[in-house]
Amino acid sequence: MKPYYLLAVLPFIAILGGAAFVNRIEPYVLGLPFFLFWIILWAVLCSVIMFIIYRLDPLNKENEE
Amino acid sequence: MNIALIIITAFLLISIALGLLAKRGKEMSMEQWAIGGRGFGGIFVFLLLAGETYSVFTLLGTSGLAFNNGAAAFYLLAFTALGAITSYWILPPIWKYAKEQNIVSQSQFFSVKYKSQGLGLFVAIIGVVALIPYITILFKSMGILVSATSYGAISSNTAIWIGMIALLVYVMVSGIHGSAWTAVLKDFLIFFVILFLGIYLPLHYHGSFHGLFQAVHDMKPHALTLPDKGMSVSWFISTVAISAFAYFMWPHNAPTIFSSNSAKSFRLNAVLLPIYALMILFVYFVGFTAMVELPGLKDGDFALLELSLKTFDPWFVGIVGATGLLATLVPGSMMLISTATMITTNIIEPLKPNISDKHKGWSAKGFVVLLSLVCTFFSMSSGDTLATLYLTSFSLITQMAPSLYLSLRKKNVVNKYGAGIGMFAGIAIVIYVTFSKTTMADLFPSLPSIIQDLNIGIIALFTNVVLMLVVSLLTRKSTVAVSYSSPKNNAL
Repeated sequence: MKPYYLLAVLPFIAILGGAAFVNRIEPYVLGLPFFLFWIILWAVLCSVIMFIIYRLDPLNKENEE
Repeated sequence: MNIALIIITAFLLISIALGLLAKRGKEMSMEQWAIGGRGFGGIFVFLLLAGETYSVFTLLGTSGLAFNNGAAAFYLLAFTALGAITSYWILPPIWKYAKEQNIVSQSQFFSVKYKSQGLGLFVAIIGVVALIPYITILFKSMGILVSATSYGAISSNTAIWIGMIALLVYVMVSGIHGSAWTAVLKDFLIFFVILFLGIYLPLHYHGSFHGLFQAVHDMKPHALTLPDKGMSVSWFISTVAISAFAYFMWPHNAPTIFSSNSAKSFRLNAVLLPIYALMILFVYFVGFTAMVELPGLKDGDFALLELSLKTFDPWFVGIVGATGLLATLVPGSMMLISTATMITTNIIEPLKPNISDKHKGWSAKGFVVLLSLVCTFFSMSSGDTLATLYLTSFSLITQMAPSLYLSLRKKNVVNKYGAGIGMFAGIAIVIYVTFSKTTMADLFPSLPSIIQDLNIGIIALFTNVVLMLVVSLLTRKSTVAVSYSSPKNNAL
């Protein structure tokens, strides 16, 4: 277990744990109601976080088969 | 025949031609037909997995859910992004084991991993049962698609028959190779069509996205947030959690996963798939625009098509329809191929061990036809929305996740009895609830709505896990005693 793997837990906390707090319309961000914006934000951050993990992980440097 | 239908038919012929081209010059053994000989690279695997994720359900079912239930539809984007992450850790060990053991299907994975043909057979049956609602979605969508784009000239039932025959021809021609190439065409089309519709329609009718959401808010003040009861916050959290948890459990994902040539593909997919999920956002835009523009529409699953019919010339409706067609053919063929492969390797082969490869191929194709007929029947008789069918399918496949995930550990605490009984209980609950239309509120009338609104799949999953562990523990006493006495295990 590499410590930076824990970064991947953040989106789960934000979306599952955050839902009760962000279930609101105001403020609109980028024209989107806040609840929708929050989910979009974290979908993007999922990719960003996984990219960071992908680059840090030595597994992806070696050539398997 | 109008222009829209002509364009759709042309795309059908193109995809069949692509399938024929892909097949030419290749000996099709069962392994070839089903998993392309394990030779697909990272981007190709991404396209296939994305192709399975983005089906005609994304177009019609997602916009329909947004149209009918507003913010509840956001669960689809949320779980897709979260589920995709799990690819990084879950898929490489599955792929590696399958490669070492020459496994071609999900049920075979179970039968080899748990050293039990019986369990493999059982998983094959679950897989078939779980895919029936999903394939039903596809046929229903095909009916909606053809009847809407024919401007009502073709009835929905006739359209379902036409769609089913088209899908069968397509599957018979080439197996997974055809799917891969058509998947490229389909992903290209679905990407641009969704983006175009999702941007053009709100801007055309409301000037901006903000304008769209304000119009929605003025018309239905509660559509943009989750309600206090029903599809509430606790429904959202529980549904996202179990759907993300079982994201790759679809039986038709398994052949795609096995068709990869390296484990690295899956880690790359974990990076690419979440951002790709943003496509769903644009489908929401379409659903919400329809909510404002088509206030009289009864069936939300028609929202995207009806709005297209209202807004565009027939030729463009044809392009939208063709996209829907390909978004049915690609995942549909994957599902039919994988279920038929499972039935053949896990039910037919154990019964007739000396069956030749040629006969296996025939038997797999026979089951494709049989399954199509069953789903055609369901798609004509079921009155559920696409989104409801999708939720049912998901609750079913979720039941396979616990015993599969635990089997990836070096020392698996679950044995075949626990796995089998746990899954059986989970599936039984889901099926009972689906057919009897029981809700959590019926089961627990006195509990607060935060519990009542939980996705019923959670109860099924919980029962499944508890039984799985208890039964494994009870049936394994002797072996546990032995392993505790060995010093090697004490060190762990």
